[in-house]
Order: sequence, then structure tokens, then C-alpha cells
Amino acid sequence: MTQKNRLPEGGRIDRTRPLGFLFNGRRYTGFAGDTLASALLANDVHFVGRSFKYHRKRGILGSGAEEPNALVQLELGGRTEPNARATQVDLYEGLIASSQNCWPTLEADLGAANSLLSRIYPAGFYYKTFMWPPSFWMTYERFIRRAAGLGRPPREPDPDRYEKAWRHCDVLVVGAGPAGIAAALAAGRSGARVILVDEQAELGGSLLSRKGAIDGAPATHWLDTALGELRSLPEVMVLPRTTAYGYYDHNMIGLIERIGDHRGGSNGGVPRQRLWHVRAKQVVLATGAIERPLVFSDNDRPGILLASAIETYVNRYAVAAGRRGVIVTGNDTGYGAALALAGAGTAVTVVDLRTEPTGPQHETARARGMEILAGHTVARTFGNGRVTGVEVMPMTADGEGVVGSGRRIECDLVGMSGGWSPTVHLYSQSGGKLRYDEALAAFVPGNFRSGQHLAGAVRGSFGLGAALSEGFAAGAAAAEAAGFRAAAAPVPAVEGYEPAPQRMLWVLPSSKPLGHGGKNFVDFQNDVTAADLKLAVREGYRSVEHVKRYTTTGMGTDQGKTSNINALAILSETVGAAIPAVGTTTFRPPYTPVTVGAFASRDLGDLLDPIRRTPTHGWAEKVGAPFENVGQWKRTWYFPKAGETMHAAVNREVKAARTSIGIVDASTLGKIDIQGPDAVKLLNWVYTNAWDNLAIGRSRYGLMLDENGMVFDDGVTTRIGENHYHMTTTTSGAPRVLAWMEEWLQCEWPHYRVFLTSVTEQWATIGVAGPNARKLISELTQDIALEDESFPFMSMKEGHVAGIPARVFRISFTGELSYEINVPTSYGLALWQALMTAGEKYEITPYGTEAMHVLRAEKGYIIVGQDTDGTVTPGDLGMDWIVSKKKPDFLGKRSLARADTRRDDRKHLVGLLTQNPSEAIPEGAQIVGELKPRPPMKMLGHVTSSYYSPNVGRSIALALIEGGRARIGQELHAALPDRNIRVTVTEPRFFDLEGTRVNG
Amino acid sequence: MLLIPCPFCGPRDESEFGCGGEAHIARPTDTDRLSDADWAAYLFMRKNPKGVHLERWVHRLGCRRWFNLARSTVSHEILAVYKMGDPPPASVAGQEARRT
Repeated sequence: MTQKNRLPEGGRIDRTRPLGFLFNGRRYTGFAGDTLASALLANDVHFVGRSFKYHRKRGILGSGAEEPNALVQLELGGRTEPNARATQVDLYEGLIASSQNCWPTLEADLGAANSLLSRIYPAGFYYKTFMWPPSFWMTYERFIRRAAGLGRPPREPDPDRYEKAWRHCDVLVVGAGPAGIAAALAAGRSGARVILVDEQAELGGSLLSRKGAIDGAPATHWLDTALGELRSLPEVMVLPRTTAYGYYDHNMIGLIERIGDHRGGSNGGVPRQRLWHVRAKQVVLATGAIERPLVFSDNDRPGILLASAIETYVNRYAVAAGRRGVIVTGNDTGYGAALALAGAGTAVTVVDLRTEPTGPQHETARARGMEILAGHTVARTFGNGRVTGVEVMPMTADGEGVVGSGRRIECDLVGMSGGWSPTVHLYSQSGGKLRYDEALAAFVPGNFRSGQHLAGAVRGSFGLGAALSEGFAAGAAAAEAAGFRAAAAPVPAVEGYEPAPQRMLWVLPSSKPLGHGGKNFVDFQNDVTAADLKLAVREGYRSVEHVKRYTTTGMGTDQGKTSNINALAILSETVGAAIPAVGTTTFRPPYTPVTVGAFASRDLGDLLDPIRRTPTHGWAEKVGAPFENVGQWKRTWYFPKAGETMHAAVNREVKAARTSIGIVDASTLGKIDIQGPDAVKLLNWVYTNAWDNLAIGRSRYGLMLDENGMVFDDGVTTRIGENHYHMTTTTSGAPRVLAWMEEWLQCEWPHYRVFLTSVTEQWATIGVAGPNARKLISELTQDIALEDESFPFMSMKEGHVAGIPARVFRISFTGELSYEINVPTSYGLALWQALMTAGEKYEITPYGTEAMHVLRAEKGYIIVGQDTDGTVTPGDLGMDWIVSKKKPDFLGKRSLARADTRRDDRKHLVGLLTQNPSEAIPEGAQIVGELKPRPPMKMLGHVTSSYYSPNVGRSIALALIEGGRARIGQELHAALPDRNIRVTVTEPRFFDLEGTRVNG
Repeated sequence: MLLIPCPFCGPRDESEFGCGGEAHIARPTDTDRLSDADWAAYLFMRKNPKGVHLERWVHRLGCRRWFNLARSTVSHEILAVYKMGDPPPASVAGQEARRT
């Protein structure tokens, strides 16, 4: 396949490396150094997509991040990516791309019928049409989404690898055009740690696109020398293909580096992209400017490009995108495209909006005899698809209308230049305020922020000379501010583009009223026209933010890079307010879209969150036990025997613990080591009960409240020594409890001498429960006396179990005679195995969290966070007995005296028994007193815990019920979507009501 | 993301810290004698200035220590950090009163 628009020489492409690629199923060839867009244009492919709303034929408009039209679906399968800007896709061998938003094919798109219906698709169409009835929106939305799709997300997992990196630097320079390179040089020479980033594959920015000379030689010579010097500086890091997508507080910059994309396929074995978080002491923004299109009738045909893009394609990619060109411009930069095309042998006519054009490039064009139509407008364009001609007309002096008759110029390429908008996105994200510059007709940075420097076009300083001088100055200032000595650098003499006076006409006049006979597009991606904006104003919209949302201008994936200022100016003209008074919309990250995979990077699957395993994890895995996630912990759920259902296994485990011995790994219990002479004061503050008289070696249960008086954790704390306590917390509450006590200690009672250490990971805890528990442990210890007299309930002894140094706690979460043996974590499995072996004769039965829950529910022991939810007081739980009346104060005490916490009709924890003993109520079920055929019904509360209990021989449930204690004996109903269950309210205890089993 | 100068560890990313809200709120003594309104004021009423805010932070994933910090809620500039129990630096205290 020939590249008919490729020039025989020039450009930055590597002609020795031809690359084949597929676009819409057809094979083309480009060269290394091409983007997909430049390679398509080299093959004279302009028509690359259909527009969003009207499905109009669209071509490549720009040459970089600003591109609104040439969005393609890149690659296939798991690697497919929607909305890739062809202008930013580096070409590689085998690249596959296709057009979006067209069906069945680009050429024969059925949605193009929308174009014929455009009279019924005005601004706010969706809002006006699909408002009522509201329930229909769901139906409409599905239809609209299918009709207006912008590419398809991948349906398979992303096969690529992404990385993240963090870096600190002295000076981060964003943009490697002349200003950015000069800044990096100035800063780098001082020895500062510099990072220079640019979104493009090749550094140089405008130096690659425009002809210019520096120090008497082609500008690219200076570029090569400067990049060579930068690469030789050891503290300078240069990152091409890296977009600074977000500027966050305190000079935190988000970068996305495309490492593998341009290699194609599996990225040559390297990660596809890397997400950088850079914290820079100083930032230099040299982000340049984006050219604005002109708004004229049917300005969206394929073959109509930004003038700067035409210039870039000629000079950088050696592509003359047409044979006969017309350039429409209100300024001197448009002549750059005209001169580039003329140099490539394309005949060019310049339509200059200015009545008396000036400027160095204009002078050159005139001297070369180029046809220049001053004071003219493009009234309309021709073509069924690719542009075939334009009608030009002289304008009235004020530019509001046309005079005389039109002249048709045949052409296949149109360049337009409506002036330049500084790329202030990152500056604005950082909190910078914009100022409208009348002469430039552009928003420029209005204030300088600390730690930030601006250089070149982003400041509105156009021209190569300004870029270099400001770049060197900004780089030096940044290095100085970061603590380095920067020597003054000589600014080279330049010869190249320099600014000249421009004329702004926000909508070009035509012989027909606006919107008649053609469409004047402002936002190409979202199909918003000048007429739409004016309609929005007629309908009463004034705020720029409202007009944006109503018309959707600037809301595409390009975020209005080419359209925002034009839209704003048209709005300002229509409402009769100055542009600065209308204001801008907000710039938010990202500058260009960032793939979600990069944010996830390696934090996927098992690496998403740390996994905490107990010492018996491997053992349980081997016997085929399933696990339950409890926070980050994996806890064994139950231990099924071969062929056993969960229900059967849990019943067996629950019975064993009450008939012989159950054994459970409770290592996940939160454990906090508390030491210091003021430890007991702390305990008195954080628990509701009193701790002064707890003897060494004795344990006590406690409830913790927040300052609102609500239960937020519970556990058993044991006095290990004179000033030494061992606190246990719920599994999931451990970090919260530690942080809670630390906050009080450090912020409120810094004078307390007490230290807290998390020892959850240091101790393995194996619980042994059941009538034979004491017998079993006595066989494994010589130095711990287990008789009641010396080792009563709620006490602790230190010694050895199975030869392992241990702290043995006689506490019980089952209501059985029970010991919790704590050993150093590395001995946890050894202890478990010793107990299992010695316990064989008692048919020792390992049990998991499910059986543990049933056992504790049989006894009515609460689980904080399951039976409580942050609105539950000790009184609600029927646990007033644990709230000290004597302590002068404790955390949450005052809140328990509020009228609301003393109400009788608060929700109380009660038990529920179903009429049918084998039916368990689903947890979370709502309880009602009076059943109605359908909701709403008065809800009295909900079921917090519900199980089948083999020891009670029936289902049991705990519930929080309004005024529950007064309802004991009442019949209520669990109202479920498919059925109702009749229940009787009981005390929240179901087994061993006398509490004698704990003594064995 | 803020860069927070921990008085014990030096500058670190905000993601290492937890914010505990307004600083210098002492827990009332003799809470039994407090009216419900006064107790509620202690629990819930907080300043929400446009300007300098004195707040307390904890270096959660670092030294785990609490400290005070003066921050502009407009620019996010951190004007001072100082230890628990210390009064705010005079300069900052003046700014807070002015509510810039």
C-alpha cells in the first residue's frame, strides 16, 4: 500500500523501519516515529470516525492531546481500549484499530439518520424528551447509551501488567518543548534532582513542528545538543511518553508513563504503563498552548484540521495531508501551515480574517506570491464526507456580516487557526486563578503560586525567544528555590515564530443565519454547535457551568480542549457580558484519560489487601476446611468430614464442645499489652466497670463505649503483674481499640505513664472447651495446677503446655469449662498438634467460626458489630450490671444519663424462638408486631444472629427489638419478602441458664 | 495530597496520617454536672472556618504519635505543626482569630 501523502524527504520518521497496521480491517503502512494519525494521513485516510450525536463523518482534527474526533478502538480482546486518540497512539508493527460509534461499518453507518433528525436533537434534547414519566428513564437510557456509545470497554481481564512508582525531586518540569528543555537545563546544571516529562514519544514540542533557528542553526540541532546534555547530567531523569495527568496539593504530581504501549502485543515483556507519584519541591509548568478551531458552517468535514496540526504533519511526519489547501486564520501562526504546505508542493490559499494582515510569516507568504484573501471569511464548506471546497466571502468591516458574492475554492484540505489557548489545565488544578488577556484573547495564569514556576506559551508568552528565555529563568529560579546555586545561562539567539496582532471572530459570518444550511461546530466530540449554545441562553441559562451541563459542551473525553474558550466566548457575546465575567469551568484531573489498570497496578487479587493467616491455617487447609474472611484474617469456618454438609459439620462441632472437647484457633483475637503505673487508670477510663481491685493473675470482662455511650468493643483483660495487663479485643476491633486508647493517652492524658503495644501477632491462642478440657490439659502440663481452688474461672496461670511456654487463661466464650492457651505464635501449630494427638481418646473436635458463633449464641454472649451496630448502649443489651455506678467518670458515661439513652422503648437485645423449631430466621430479617398484606408495616427491629442449635434442639435467634424486654412472651412476626415467620420473644439466653457448665 | 511535616519523622505523605479534627478540645471534667447542651457541645460542635484551622493529626502508619497542625482550609498551606499540649504559635493563633 502506498503512502500517497508521504513527502519524499524530511520529518522525524525512520524510513528504514516500515510498520504495517490494520485500520477498519484494511492494511496500511507507516514508519517508525509515526502516530496512528500521521500514518493514516500519509495514506490519505482522513475519515476516521462518526460523531457522537449526529453520526457525522469526522476526520483527524489535531495532532496531540486535544484531538476530539479521531477516537479509535485500539486492539482486541482483553487488550482493547476505547477512545484512544489516534494522534497520541505511537505506531507499531501489527497495530489494530477501528472506528467507533458506527454500525455496521464506518462508511454505511445507520446512526447517520440522526443527522437528518437533527432538528429534533437540540441542546438539552435528552432532558426535554426523556423527563416523564420518571420510571421510563431506565428504558430510555439503555437506548440512548447504545445509540451514542463511544467505544467498548474490554470484556476480558486485562492481560497487561502495570506498575507504580514514587519519587521525590527538587524540580519537576512538565513539558519538553523549548521552554521546558531550557528549564530542565538550567535546573539540571545546578545539580538539582530534576525530572523532565513530556507526553510525546519524542521530546522537543514545537521545535519538532515548526521551522526555526537557534544560534544560527536549525532548532533541532539545539534540541539534540540540549537533550544530550540533559542525559549526561546524573541527577536528571527524562521521561518521554509520560503525561502529567494531575496536579495535587503540595506539589504532588501524578504521571502516567507509557512504557510498553508502543511496543504492541505483550509490550515486549515490560509493564504496559507505570503510574508515578512525584513529590516535587518545585514545579516548572511548560505545558504550551492548544490551537483553537474556527467556528464556521460545516467546519467538521474530514480534511478540515487545525492549522498547527497541518504544519506538524508536514514538518514532523513528512505528510502533506492534501493536494490543494485553504488556510483560514485570524493570526500569523496559521501561515506556518500555509508555508509548510507550499514547501511540500501543495497549492495554498490563505483566508485571513484580518483586513490588514501583519506578521513575519505573513510577510514571507506574501513575498512568495501566495494567494491571500484579507478580510475574508469561510461562509460554508462543501463535500459529502471529505471536504471538496469552501465558499469564501469578503466580510463587513465589523466582521458581523458578509458583502458581495461568494467564491468557491476547490480544495481537499482546510486548516483553521482561531488563536491559541494556553494549556493551563495543570496550573488550574493546582489552585491557580486565571486572568483573561484581551490582546491574546485567552485565559492566562493570573497569580504565581509558591513552589511553582511557569514558562513559555502556558503563560501566554508566545514565540520561541520567549519560550527559551522564560524557560531558562524558570529553571534557574526553581533550582534556587530548592536550595541550589543556578548560574545565569546565556539565552541563545533565535529566529522563528514570533507573535503578531490577531483578530478574533468567535463565529465566522456567512450569508445565511446561524444554524441554517449547515452546522457551526464548537465542541466536535459532543456535537455542540454555536446555535445550541445560543439556544441554551435563550432558554434562560446564564452560568457557564449550567450551559456546559445543559449543552454537554466540553464534557467529552477531551474535556473541551479545543472547544471551551470558543464556547465561552460565544456565550459571553450572546448574554452580552465580558468573557472574564462569564468565567471558566473547573479544570479537574486527569488531563487526558488514564487507564484504570494503572491505578490498580499490582494491587490485584491476593495483593489487593494483606492476608493474615493464623498458625493453624495450613493444617486446616490440608484437612479441607473452608475459610471465612474476618477483616484481613482468614479464619477457619468449619471442618467438614468427607461428604459432610456444612450444617452437619457445624452441628457435630457444636455438640462435641458440650459433650467432650472442642478446640478452636482463636489467635485472631486482638491483644494489647498494657504496661505502666497508670495502666489501671486507663482501664478505668475505657471500660464501664471498675478495675482497681483486680488481683494479679485474675481476668475481667469489660465493655468499651464511645463518648456517645454506645458499645464499640468488648473483651477480657487480665492483670499479668503489678503494672502489667493483657487486653483482648474483638478480632476486627483490635486496631480501632489500640488507636482509641492511644488518642486518649496522647491527647488528653499525656501525663499518664502507660505504654500500649499490639501483641496480636505475637501470641497464638488455642481455645479448648468442654467437659473434658481440664483432663486433657492436665496430661500436657506439669507446672500448672488446674484445680478450681488454685485456678478458678476468670484467672490466668503461666507455665508450660506440651513443653511450650504458655499463658493459660481460664475464660469461656462457650459457657463450657474452657481454657485459652496463649503461646508464642511460632509454637501455635505445635501446640495445636499436641492437643489434637493427646485429645484423640476424647474425640477432640476442631471447630470453626460458625460453631463458635452458635455456641456463644446459645449462651447469649454478644458479638460487638453483629449484635450491636453503634446505636446500642449497655442497657440495651441488658448489661447494666457491668456499668459502674461508683466510678466518677468513664468514657461515654455522661451520654448514658441523657434522656434518650434512658428511654424504655429503646431497642433491646432479646431472644426469638420460631414456632417451627427447625426453621431459622434469616439474619437481618425485620420484625413486625402487626402483619399487613404488603409494606409499609411498623418495624420493631431486626434479627442480629440466628442459628440452628443442636444443643437446644431448635433454632435460636437474637434480635434488637423496640421495647423488647417488655415484650418477652409476646408473639411477633419476621416479615420476609416470600413468607412470614411467627416468633416468640424470650430472654436472650437459650442454654445452661444457671451458668454452671463453666465449672465443668 | 498534603505533605505533612510530622514533628517526629519529618515530611511524609498525607496517606500515612489520620486527621482527628479540631484541636484543643479538652474533655470536660465533672461531666456529671454538665447540662445535656454543654455535653452535646463538647461532643459535636466544631469550628468550620474558611481560613486557618487548628487540628490534630496522628502519624498512623509512622510513629503513631499525635500532634497539632495549623492549616489553611483555603490553600491547604500548613502554617505550623506543634506538639500535643503546646499552645498554637502566636503567629498562627493571631491568624486563626482573624479567620482569613
